[in-house]
Amino acid sequence: MKRKNSSFWLVAPLYLVTIVLVFLPLIYIVVLSFLRKDALWGVTNEWTLDNYRQMFDPVYLKTFGDSLKLAFATTVITTLLGYPFGYFMAKLPPRWRSLCMLLVVVPFWTNALVRIYGWMIILRAKGVLNGALMAMGIISQPLKILYTYSAVLIGMVYSLLPFMILPVYNSVEKMDWSLVEASRDLGANAVQAFFTVTLKLTLPGVLSGFVLVFVPSIGLFFIADLLGGGKIMLVGNLIKNQLLQARDWPFGAALSVVMMLMTLLIILLYRKITGAKDLEGFF
Amino acid sequence: MSENILELQEIHKSFGETEVLKGISLGIRQGEFITFLGSSGCGKTTTLRIIAGLESPDSGKVLLAGKDVTALEPNKRDVNTIFQNYALFPHMNVFSNIAYSLKLRRVPKDEIRRRVGEMLSLVQLEGFERRMPGELSGGQRQRVAIARAVINNPSVLLLDEPLGALDLQLRRQMQQELKKLQKKLGITFLYITHDQEEAINMSDRIVVMNAGQFEQIGAPADIYDHPKTSFVAGFIGTANLFGGEVVSLEDGLAVIKTEESLVCAAAPEGIKVGERVTFSVRSENLLVAKEAHPNFRLPATVSENSYVGGMLRLEFTLKNGRTVISSKHGIRTHISLGQEVFLCWEPESAVFVDRGEPDETKK
Repeated sequence: MKRKNSSFWLVAPLYLVTIVLVFLPLIYIVVLSFLRKDALWGVTNEWTLDNYRQMFDPVYLKTFGDSLKLAFATTVITTLLGYPFGYFMAKLPPRWRSLCMLLVVVPFWTNALVRIYGWMIILRAKGVLNGALMAMGIISQPLKILYTYSAVLIGMVYSLLPFMILPVYNSVEKMDWSLVEASRDLGANAVQAFFTVTLKLTLPGVLSGFVLVFVPSIGLFFIADLLGGGKIMLVGNLIKNQLLQARDWPFGAALSVVMMLMTLLIILLYRKITGAKDLEGFF
Repeated sequence: MSENILELQEIHKSFGETEVLKGISLGIRQGEFITFLGSSGCGKTTTLRIIAGLESPDSGKVLLAGKDVTALEPNKRDVNTIFQNYALFPHMNVFSNIAYSLKLRRVPKDEIRRRVGEMLSLVQLEGFERRMPGELSGGQRQRVAIARAVINNPSVLLLDEPLGALDLQLRRQMQQELKKLQKKLGITFLYITHDQEEAINMSDRIVVMNAGQFEQIGAPADIYDHPKTSFVAGFIGTANLFGGEVVSLEDGLAVIKTEESLVCAAAPEGIKVGERVTFSVRSENLLVAKEAHPNFRLPATVSENSYVGGMLRLEFTLKNGRTVISSKHGIRTHISLGQEVFLCWEPESAVFVDRGEPDETKK
């Protein structure tokens, strides 16, 4: 009994922090989403489901659709780029491996906003990319990339790629390569061995990557703002606009709740598929 | 072309600066149970990996049924391997593990089911089809690995210390089973182990390997009774090595002056007076007497006695500080620690090995 008590007091600060910083704000958001907006600012204490009903407006449904589509495209592209990257990184000799790891992690040391401004410089009409392509004679007219869907996609993939590389790397690094040898020994060529053994065994890493890329890509609003020139509206942008510009906090809160539920659904799905309790190598 | 199912020709292999295989050559006959015996790092696993195609030699050739397969990928070789850790696919159940190679070759489903069934009954694992490797015991995993490797009926089965992870009882049992299986299937087995007892129990021929070379190749009894080098003598069983100079030869007996005293040994052919020789006496062939006797000329002190595996093991210290070991069945209480005794052996049980001084470290 005594021991139990003392251990409670040891972890108490942890509970306190979690309750104050995570749980209370969450409840605040959920409560807010069921209240009616006051004429100018703030909320009245009248309960309503209008905020949720409002989401079925085609304009907002389209925003959800676009967000999911972009998130899906981002996930597919980061997988196609991130898997080979993580795979070969794990197979490098240790010295090169740590250098490679450093290169993947270095961007995190800089503000994400600054890095996206960097992409604006690269992608704009008279930017680095167009300059290089024209100098090489590949194109005669500058390509219009900035402020398009493609620019947003590039920015998303760029920002979230490490979240695919790292879990893939993690699971490839843990691979027991004697299994691949066994598969070759039993008659599989290199490609068959990859698809029947390596890919299957590193799938948990890929699935973690899916979640780690898909979930934030629904909410990242500043990439769409900067690289999409405000023309691309995603759920994240919508929430930001409702909270900061339209001053409709209840609707913004309702959107947030729905987004959270979507995220939760994806994570539950992930657990269902892999049977894992945690994301591979994370959390 | 060649009668040998498998032939190694002058195989060299280095990893970086280390030369792991120093030009080994060997022919293995169809249906043979051959064992590569050596301590870790002697190059036996590398040899196996080169035969399987998982490693390529720097120079030399691997012939399989007379065909040069040196450059072929592992999947193109009619050879299967049982890996040290079994390497069962953890994401597949027992059935899929065993059926793996058949599925790759697109064998019809009915035939796969039939042949996997046969394999399961061969290794006595009927009813385990749906189990995952993680749910099996060490011995069961071992059986699945065997079934998976022999389902294709390879011309050579390579076994890389397959019993290393099992406890002694199971090990003994599996040794018998593997031997029976090999006879039944008629597949050539190339077995790797560092356990001399295992090698002697199972093999038709043993290849003793040391530092990337073959020390001796022969039947177990041959290697046990007639070791050619001091390494082989020391590696198989417990042998005492003596070095000395031949001082006289008569009636097929050589009298040899060792550091300690004059001793006798059956003279091998071609031996000359004045030659420096090394010979080995197995611990079980060492005779002990309490009093000096014309034949018991090697004085020693009993320095240790213990029981090892039902044998009485005695350690003696010779006058020059060297230790020799004897082992005998049964219990003899009339020899006590510190006692002065005299050692001898039948002249025939002294076996001449490589020339030069015995290597103390390999005693």
